[in-house]
Amino acid sequence: MIRTIIINIIRFVLLVFIQVFLLKNISLYNLATPYVYILFIMLLPFETPNVLLFILAFLTGLTIDAFYDTPGLHAAACVVLAFVRVMFISITVQKEGFDNEPDPTLSVMGFRWFFTYALVLTLFHHFFLFSLETFHFSEIQYTLSRFVLSSIFTVFLMLVTGLLFFRRRERK
Amino acid sequence: MRNLLIFITRYNAFFLFLIFEVASLVIYIKYNAFQKATFINSANTVTGNIYTQVNGLYDYLSLDKVNDSLSRENARLRGQLKSAFYIDTIEKHKVNDTVFKVQYEYIAAKVINNSVNQPYNYITINRGSRDGITVGMGVICSNGIVGKVVNVSPHMANVQSMLNKYSRFSVMLAKNREIGTIMWSDDFDPQKGLLVDVGTNAQPKLGEAVLTSGYSLFPEGIMVGKVSDLHPKGGSASVTLGITFSVDFSKLHYVDVVNNKFQNEQDNLESLQKKDDQNNNH
Repeated sequence: MIRTIIINIIRFVLLVFIQVFLLKNISLYNLATPYVYILFIMLLPFETPNVLLFILAFLTGLTIDAFYDTPGLHAAACVVLAFVRVMFISITVQKEGFDNEPDPTLSVMGFRWFFTYALVLTLFHHFFLFSLETFHFSEIQYTLSRFVLSSIFTVFLMLVTGLLFFRRRERK
Repeated sequence: MRNLLIFITRYNAFFLFLIFEVASLVIYIKYNAFQKATFINSANTVTGNIYTQVNGLYDYLSLDKVNDSLSRENARLRGQLKSAFYIDTIEKHKVNDTVFKVQYEYIAAKVINNSVNQPYNYITINRGSRDGITVGMGVICSNGIVGKVVNVSPHMANVQSMLNKYSRFSVMLAKNREIGTIMWSDDFDPQKGLLVDVGTNAQPKLGEAVLTSGYSLFPEGIMVGKVSDLHPKGGSASVTLGITFSVDFSKLHYVDVVNNKFQNEQDNLESLQKKDDQNNNH
């Protein structure tokens, strides 16, 4: 239990740092901007109560907002992400099997499930984020291309991260 | 009542979603309406301090470029020293005469946070109200204009960058002094701007310099950019020009905040006139 909490705190700090000091400056042709910090919300254990999940999502969003100077924007997108996560897990995972499958990670759940999970959640988060950021229809084409390309970039980085931590778990 | 409770507990995810979503949207929309009302921004002490620390690291990585630009500016300033001129007429003495009062004062500051790839970009600098910076001052650097101060804390200030969809400044064409307004281009390219509302009798040329007009926060004649496109948009009553900024916003390190000492006086005078106009109309 305590181990899970410590791992998640380290993961949170690490992802926020990477997002704010590294990925904030990366932007391919001003179109694809990765937002990998949402991995923190996606990798919370299955058993996390809904209240805690939403509070953590909201706080993560606000933390990122504080660094991006956009109060509320990322928080709103993260809350959407948390809701989609609850829906997705209730549809695809059976309630009884939680004892031996604590985390929704790549190594536990397999590539196919994790890829779908990451893709669906990222698409919802990014669509909400980018449409809320521009807030009107006049730049719809630019917004949509940013949304699609950024989603691809983010999912790619997530899979790379998942594979990086894959081997270490298998050895145990 | 019991059924209601069962209903709420069964769909608790949805209700939690509603609560938090409404909360964050309220924050988001409120911030957009009143920029000043917020305390979650990078002038905030915590994030500001972290940015200062990390910036110390970045500084080492770009030292050679900064050195290069500083030495070039040194050379340029040395060229302006009195000792670099041969004083041959009395006219030149008068330039340094004490009858002139200093109108513009410059406060040097260092950029500690900057972005160029958002639709609304802001810059954080390491000087604040303690150093005499107030909201509304212009910000320039050695290559041209940078933006305007929108938030101030004791040690830091938040600058609305030229690369922000809200930014608009009064500028003029260098040759015939035709006035226009500069803004960021629609496609979020950090090097391109648009010069709008230029009179139709202006005859701009490609590569012509665009300077500040002296009507806004900046002293007259500061470089803004060059005309790079004569017809970015067709069919309007006034001329629109494409501009390439002279400042590379992704490499900002040191900036100067412009303190116009007569700004208050000018504002008071102009608001008097506006009051008069209103009274006459009634």
